[in-house]
Amino acid sequence: MSPARILPCGPTALLVEVDRGGGQRATPADLAVALHERDGAGLLGDVVPAARTVLVTFAPGAGGVVRRLIGETLAGLDGDGAGAARAAGALVTIPVRYDGPDLAEVARRSGLTAAEVVSRHCAPTYVAEFIGFAPGFAYLGGLDPALRLPRLESPRTRVPAGAVGIAGDYTAVYPRPSPGGWLLLGTTTMTLFDLAEDPPTPLRAGARVRFEAIG
Amino acid sequence: MSLRIEHLGGRALCEDLGRPGHAHLGITGSGAADRASLRRANALVGNRPGAAGIEIVGTLEVRAEAGVMIALAGAQTRAATVLAAGERMSVPFPQRGLRTYLAVRGGLATARTLGSAATDTLSGLGPAPLRAGDVLAIGRDLGDLRTVGDGSGAGDGAGDGAGATDGAGDDTAGGTPLPGPLLMLSVHPGPRADWAEDLGVLFAGEYRVGEESDRVGTRLAGAPLARARAGDAGELPSEGLVRGSVQLPPSGLPVIFGADHPVTGGYPVIAVLTGAAADALAQARPGQAVRFRRTGAW
Repeated sequence: MSPARILPCGPTALLVEVDRGGGQRATPADLAVALHERDGAGLLGDVVPAARTVLVTFAPGAGGVVRRLIGETLAGLDGDGAGAARAAGALVTIPVRYDGPDLAEVARRSGLTAAEVVSRHCAPTYVAEFIGFAPGFAYLGGLDPALRLPRLESPRTRVPAGAVGIAGDYTAVYPRPSPGGWLLLGTTTMTLFDLAEDPPTPLRAGARVRFEAIG
Repeated sequence: MSLRIEHLGGRALCEDLGRPGHAHLGITGSGAADRASLRRANALVGNRPGAAGIEIVGTLEVRAEAGVMIALAGAQTRAATVLAAGERMSVPFPQRGLRTYLAVRGGLATARTLGSAATDTLSGLGPAPLRAGDVLAIGRDLGDLRTVGDGSGAGDGAGDGAGATDGAGDDTAGGTPLPGPLLMLSVHPGPRADWAEDLGVLFAGEYRVGEESDRVGTRLAGAPLARARAGDAGELPSEGLVRGSVQLPPSGLPVIFGADHPVTGGYPVIAVLTGAAADALAQARPGQAVRFRRTGAW
């Protein structure tokens, strides 16, 4: 595994750069799971995996101890830690009505028919790599290379809850209304973020996801 | 027991010390923009430091529906005052500073979201912004009466572990010093300090707080920082960021993230404010002159 870097991030946080582009097996989500498992003393506040990094926050003065914890955890990941996040993930099947405003445009840009776009979007079992941007917005990795397109140049001011979109390497469902720049393929009526539930979303880092065309 | 908002000129939000620990779900910590001042207002009425109060930008008048004890800290300080039923208290526009915290003994009994009454203006989680006519229920979240002081900073506030968990470096007794003509912001190195071609520019010049600043971020005007060439054609995949992050967008004009910061961002963070600096910045009005100075391991 390419050596990870631990970068400073102010008095009460560190940023661990896991993926140096070397294609190692352990992902930020794996590191996040492993850090929680090793943190018996409760030193860690937020542990935030993203595409290539994990942000870790802690109490003032605990930086040295946390650095050591991170180092030990990274060393442990070279063994069976890789894939820990994946192993922990439940399978979530999301029913989608593929009638999104950008479906035709995606077909055009990818050189596929709309039906082919739908079947290629439904084929993979995705893995939720991390949540960012907005509450419950899970970045699902494993998108078919043919569907990897840049996001809209001008984001929509309002994307409805349940909208299913793609952008770059990822696909995602907007769990709540928000502005959004992703290409919208369809919608789901499934509730993916509910503060009355604990956890509020089933799509945490490591969850496996499939989409199913309906209607 | 309750408090009614009679008049509001500006913005009033229910805030406590926020809901940390959910960033991995895309939910930001939120909470008071000037944490030390919320803590101080709470200490003045004998509340625990994180009791829910009102963050005021502008003017506010409240009416007690029954006997209540109220104090102010931040842009204005007022020692604990007992209002009888029907009595009113006015919070005028401050002479200096930006945010005043109104604490009521017992705290606001506003509905909790993930354990906090904080209004998150980025996601909309938490209570709606307060409006004239709102009647706010007061809770029984009572702390030690010995911290109730005369506004001079006396009291035993340190006994509750204030400041232990958020790195604010705050002084519960003193609150946040209000900005003078020039506000100095102490910064630690950020994770992407090497994305700035010449970091010296950040420390050499004076910046001004922009009009478009809010609880999400403070936009600065001044000398832009050029970016150094970095791998991947200058693209940085989104990564986690914290309150106080100084982010460098393509314009070169820094943005400093506040209490309602996004949990991830795709522009490089070159420096991070200390907790005390983040509190002080929350008292800066548009047009305020600021300069950065190094602290920690540069």
